[in-house]
Amino acid sequence: MNQDQHVDYLLRLGDNALILGHRLSEWCGHAPILEEDIALTNVALDLIGQARMLLTQAGAVEGKGRDEDALAFGRDVLDWRNVLLVEQPNGDFADTIARQFLFDIWNHQVFSTLLGSTDAELAAIAAKAVKEIAYHKRHSSEWLIRLGDGTEESRARMIRALDVHWGFVEELFTPDAVDQAAFEAGIGPDLAALRPEWDAAVAAVLDEAGLERPEVGWAVHGGKTDGHHSEHLGFILAELQFMQRAYPGLAW
Amino acid sequence: MASSDWPLWEVFVRSRAGLNHKHCGSLHAPDAEMAIQNARDVYTRRGEGVSIWVVKSSEITAADPDDKDQLYDPADTKVYRHPTFYTVPDEVDHL
Repeated sequence: MNQDQHVDYLLRLGDNALILGHRLSEWCGHAPILEEDIALTNVALDLIGQARMLLTQAGAVEGKGRDEDALAFGRDVLDWRNVLLVEQPNGDFADTIARQFLFDIWNHQVFSTLLGSTDAELAAIAAKAVKEIAYHKRHSSEWLIRLGDGTEESRARMIRALDVHWGFVEELFTPDAVDQAAFEAGIGPDLAALRPEWDAAVAAVLDEAGLERPEVGWAVHGGKTDGHHSEHLGFILAELQFMQRAYPGLAW
Repeated sequence: MASSDWPLWEVFVRSRAGLNHKHCGSLHAPDAEMAIQNARDVYTRRGEGVSIWVVKSSEITAADPDDKDQLYDPADTKVYRHPTFYTVPDEVDHL
C-alpha cells in the first residue's frame, strides 16, 4: 500500500464519521422527543469525535502539515471520500433510522476488524470507537424494530425508508483498489468478506421488526472512490465549511 | 402512539460499584428497554453511572402528604432509636 492509498483509506473512515455526524447534528432541537434529541446528538458527537482522530491521523500519514481542521474545512466536494449512504438527507425519523441502521451494522464490523490493524494509531482509535459504535447499532436496531412492529403508519414509513436507502449498501461492500491495498497491508478489512455476516445481522433485526428484506433493483457507487457524490454533499459542505472559508483560520 | 402517550419512567443510577442506586430523574419512553437507552443518554452521558434501573412511575406508590402527622411526627421524640450510643469504627463507610 502506498502512502497516497493509506491517506485515502483514513480519509474514507474520517469522512464517513464526519458527514454522518453532521447529518445527525441537524436533528439537534428538532427530534421527535427530548430524550431522542439528546440520543441523536450523543451519536453525532461520538462520530465527530471519531472523525477528529481519523482526520488527524490522515494528516499525519500524509505529512504535508494538514491537520484535522484543514482536512475538514479545506477540501472541495470531489476530494471527499465518504460513502454515499451517509450524506443522504435526514428525511423523516424512519429515514434517519434506516440510514443509521444500515451503516451502524457495517461500521461495527469494520471497526471490530480495525482493532487488529497494522496501523497502530488506527487500532487505538478503533479501540475507543468500537464501544461507541456498538451502542449506535443497538440504538438504531431498537428503533427499527419498534417502527417496523409499531403502528400501520410507522411500519409503512419504515418500509419506504429501507427501500430508499438499500441501494447505497452495495458501495459499503464493494472493494476498490484502495480497499484492496488496505486489506493486503493488514490495515483494513476484506470488505466483500464482511457481507454474509452483515446480511445475517440485518436479517435478524428485520425479522424481529416483522419486515421483509427490500428488493431494490438499483445500486450506486462512486462516493468513496471517485468523489462522485450526490448533490446533497455540496449543501452539507456549504454549511460545514462556511465559517472557515469566509474567515480562514478563525478561532474562538 | 404520540410521544405524549408514552409512559413516564423513574430513573435510578448507581454512580460507583458499592453504592446504592439513587433516583436522578424521570423521562418518557415507549417501553423498558428504550427507557434504559434514554436514561443512558440523558443521565449518564458525563460518566455519572455504572448501572441503571428504570421503574414505571405508575408502579410507584407514594405516601399521602396529608398523613405526615401520623407517619413521621411520632418518630421525632424517640431519640433512643438513633444508633448514637455506639462507637463506629473508622473503616465502616456509608453507614
